[in-house]
Amino acid sequence: MRKNKLLHRILQQIGMIALTALLGAFLGATLVRLAPGFGVDERELDTRRSESSLQALRESRASQSNIFDFYGRYLGGLLRGDLGISQSLNRPVLELLQQRLPVTFASVSVGLLVGWGLALALAIPAVISRVQTFDLFATVVSGVFLCLPSAVLAMAFLWFGAPGPLAIGLVVFPKVFRYARNLMAQTYTRPHVLAARARGAGGFRILLRHVLPVTAPELLALAGVSVSLAFGAAIPIEVICDSPGIGQLAWQAALARDLNLLVNLTLLVTLVTLVSNSAADVAAMTLEREPA
Amino acid sequence: MNRRVALTLFTLLALLLPVRATAQAQNELRFCLRSDPKTFQPHLVDDDASETIRYLTGGVLIRVNRQTQAFEPELAVSWKVLEGGRKISFRLRPNLVFSDGTPFSSEDVAHTMRVLMDPAAHSPTGDSFRSGEGEVRTQVSGKHALTISFPAPIAGLERLFDQVAIVSARSTQKEMAVLGPFQVAEHKPGVSVLLRRNPQYWKRDSAGWRLPYLDSIRLDIQQNREIEMLRFRRGEIHLVNNLDPELFDRLAAEAPGMARDAGPSMESEQMWFNQAAAAPLPAHKLAWFRSRNFRRAVSEAINRQDLVRVAFRSRAAPATGPVSAANQFWFNRALKPHPYDPQAALRRLATEGFRLDSGVLRDAQGNAVEFSLVTNAGNKVRERMGAMIQQDLAQIGIKLNVVTLDFGSLIERMTRTFDYEACLLGLVNVDLDPNGQMNVWLSSSSNHQWNPNQKTPATPWEAEIDRLMQAQASALDARKRKTHFDRVQQIVWEEAPFIYLVTKHSLSAVSDRVANAAPVVLRPQTYWNAERLQLTALPSGSR
Amino acid sequence: MRLVQRMALSILVVVYLAALLADFIAPAHYSRQFRDTPEASPSVQFLLGTDDLGRDRFSRLLYGSRVSLVLAPAAALLSTLIAGLVGGVAGFVGRWPERLAMRGSDLFLSLPWLFLLLTVRALLPLNTEPEVSVAITFALLGLLGWVTSARVVIAGAGALRASDLVLQARATGCYGLRLITRHVLPNLKPVLLAQFWIAIPVFILSEANLGVLGLGVAEPLPSWGGLLRELEHLTGVFAQPWRLAPVGLLVLVVSCFHIVFSQDEVAA
Repeated sequence: MRKNKLLHRILQQIGMIALTALLGAFLGATLVRLAPGFGVDERELDTRRSESSLQALRESRASQSNIFDFYGRYLGGLLRGDLGISQSLNRPVLELLQQRLPVTFASVSVGLLVGWGLALALAIPAVISRVQTFDLFATVVSGVFLCLPSAVLAMAFLWFGAPGPLAIGLVVFPKVFRYARNLMAQTYTRPHVLAARARGAGGFRILLRHVLPVTAPELLALAGVSVSLAFGAAIPIEVICDSPGIGQLAWQAALARDLNLLVNLTLLVTLVTLVSNSAADVAAMTLEREPA
Repeated sequence: MNRRVALTLFTLLALLLPVRATAQAQNELRFCLRSDPKTFQPHLVDDDASETIRYLTGGVLIRVNRQTQAFEPELAVSWKVLEGGRKISFRLRPNLVFSDGTPFSSEDVAHTMRVLMDPAAHSPTGDSFRSGEGEVRTQVSGKHALTISFPAPIAGLERLFDQVAIVSARSTQKEMAVLGPFQVAEHKPGVSVLLRRNPQYWKRDSAGWRLPYLDSIRLDIQQNREIEMLRFRRGEIHLVNNLDPELFDRLAAEAPGMARDAGPSMESEQMWFNQAAAAPLPAHKLAWFRSRNFRRAVSEAINRQDLVRVAFRSRAAPATGPVSAANQFWFNRALKPHPYDPQAALRRLATEGFRLDSGVLRDAQGNAVEFSLVTNAGNKVRERMGAMIQQDLAQIGIKLNVVTLDFGSLIERMTRTFDYEACLLGLVNVDLDPNGQMNVWLSSSSNHQWNPNQKTPATPWEAEIDRLMQAQASALDARKRKTHFDRVQQIVWEEAPFIYLVTKHSLSAVSDRVANAAPVVLRPQTYWNAERLQLTALPSGSR
Repeated sequence: MRLVQRMALSILVVVYLAALLADFIAPAHYSRQFRDTPEASPSVQFLLGTDDLGRDRFSRLLYGSRVSLVLAPAAALLSTLIAGLVGGVAGFVGRWPERLAMRGSDLFLSLPWLFLLLTVRALLPLNTEPEVSVAITFALLGLLGWVTSARVVIAGAGALRASDLVLQARATGCYGLRLITRHVLPNLKPVLLAQFWIAIPVFILSEANLGVLGLGVAEPLPSWGGLLRELEHLTGVFAQPWRLAPVGLLVLVVSCFHIVFSQDEVAA
């Protein structure tokens, strides 16, 4: 019965994900279309160009001026597997995504592992030990990385010859640390934990059996959100490190108002966000337990 | 399952390794492109990265020597300009082949011109040849002789062929079969482009050795200037073009021999006021901007020496006009930069009814003089200039609001909505000949920035500039052309539609491993003679 | 209050007072350019040296504190309130409002809001005062920045829905908005406070990053974000380590806030 409910929920989620992603792509395209600078091209400032060339440049973007028309054609192409051509890079969008997605996927994965690892490595001792000095130390360390621009972190990594993707971890870690630390610290004040401690339960036993299960829904939600955080951090870091991933592509597309590329990237990011958050929801549902 | 886990872990671990490979080919020159090249088709080149590839791989009929600024025969052993620039005949170098072995002949030049001049291609290089209505015709008179005819005369015709890379009419490799010193061997999108020496390259040095000396050139895609300089210091790359003054000074302090200042370049920074009739500006502001005395006063209130000294760390010179001293023939040496004289500026403004009122400049109607200056965000030097100009104008009671915009928004305001008051931007003169600036000076042009697309010239001096530019374009004699264009520069100096601020120096970094490098002011500053560059051997134990 | 908390509070008071009294404390106006001494080292005249235009760094740090210490917490408060209301109510009610809020927040997270910021900037007159322009930027950041924590709040509120605490409150006749405001939201304080403290430096850094697109603080008004952008010239930082003063101050302020309010972060 529980398994049937889970399966039903998963299928519902898939359907909702697809619709939401398409809506997200449309809204993203609308934001781009309405933004200033859409339809202009810096090549118009090239003084060598004749008036007819300039006119041709302007007209090349004219087909995208009606957003509904554009999106209708885009959906038609999507169904055929054609994601369009990037106007700024002059290459098929599908080819660009195929080349760059693995790079970003790898760096985001590394970043998330490092970020969560560091965050929990500081948060767990801080709450278990209840030593205020350590909590203070952890707060200051996470504060340092919270206050450093991600571009500076990336450059520092390159300066010292370390791989840039690790900087994503240092961007994610302070945010995850703060939430995780607060959630677990709050749970430690709950009556059931106090009762367990009174019965002589050890630190790790309390953590694993009484704290983590209670905070699991929020931590899993945080895990889902941290995927978006990591993707967001990937943009400046990939630009600085010149890593040929989706983040760098997104930045170039934004500057050039490349609608074909941006609508696909929005679709992709929406899908990733929805999938990761839905996976977190499903996991939370599976692990759901009442506090002791 | 264990193997999969191991493979995943290995992949993740591989990410922990330094991004760039440390092993370098010994005779491989390395430098950076700021973006991925958009095309390898020479006639469609319109971005810097693609232009670099074209320069290094393309064979041209005539080359402008970047050092002497003189024309040199390349694929053409000789040429003759006929009918005042309406025709040009070439005698081609015999027995040459493309990189894939396909023979080179006049058919290839004819094919190249057809592709270039195809109206559907909208080639910016081709647009330079469009002198009037009508077709460009190529008459092949032999395997190595041809004549190209244009609908109307083109002044300075020869120099335009420096941008025309000849492509093969017959090769199956199409644009990848080249006549230049290098050919594209590998392109990793977003990462790098590898060029290898063209084994069929025709040129030899004076000792008879076949050029180029280098085996290959690797061009890494690198946007960030700090990282580029870091890599240069580590020896990972050998050249850097267009260094920022700040980075240049740091390099000069650490390794003076590697920091090269070639002097004033062809690049300048200028500001202008929006005088377009379509501009959604209040009438009183339009009146200010259209006043010559107002523009000249603003120019005189700006301390160019301070801009040079502080914003450019003395790696620039006060600018005079549209042409810098680097352009040896066309520069009008009689002109000097507008002097810095706030008091004279105030006197000039007083003649137009402006007056200082408790430190605030007001016009004759009592409106406080306040306007915005837009420039592109992310350009640190321009942001500094904006802040300095703001302070300078405050001394004469003008309130200047510096507004940085992303480039797309800026272009939209400049070319579509005309919703701006003043603009600060740079100008890059790639072309020595003033014909390359025709679309800036003709009042009917859309690139006539301060008041584009005029049906008839709005002012007598713009009408005069139109006349002079047309006259120099159709004149046969170079000295006569110069007289006309000197007068254009004079009018621009007097009327100040553009307030020229500084001419930047050509700053570059050249590794001490690179032999025969002689950075110049014309692009490409450091590798203009790439075929003669050599890399000296690495000291033992080095990377 | 512990000694450490008292010290942290004192530091915060000093920093805020210094920012408010910048007109009296600062040795020079933030826009004044000492063009003969650009990039000067720290001295008696220039406590933190000068920047590339010869402006006193210490003065700019003081004046910049005004912008960042007022606007960033205000924007953070706005985003926290929205996250609390939307996430708390939707999560507690459950059923379709919860699902709608979750999908909505996912969608919200994915959209390229940068273009909205560009559009708003384009709608503002070019002669808008820098203070107004930056206030609008921070307000937008606050309106857009609530989503990150909303999902966590939704999950937390959902967990509270069937908890003993809520059952007891219902048993005493507490329902609806009263239940949410008196029992649910206070128990979500750890998440909401985490959101608040994280949002302050994140918004300051966002303002710095947006400066690359012209959406930051206009010259000559300084802000911590604008000062932090200098760090991107890493070679300059190694040569002039006093350029790290803004980030040091930001870390100090953020850490002091954490220390002062650390007990509230776990109290239910």
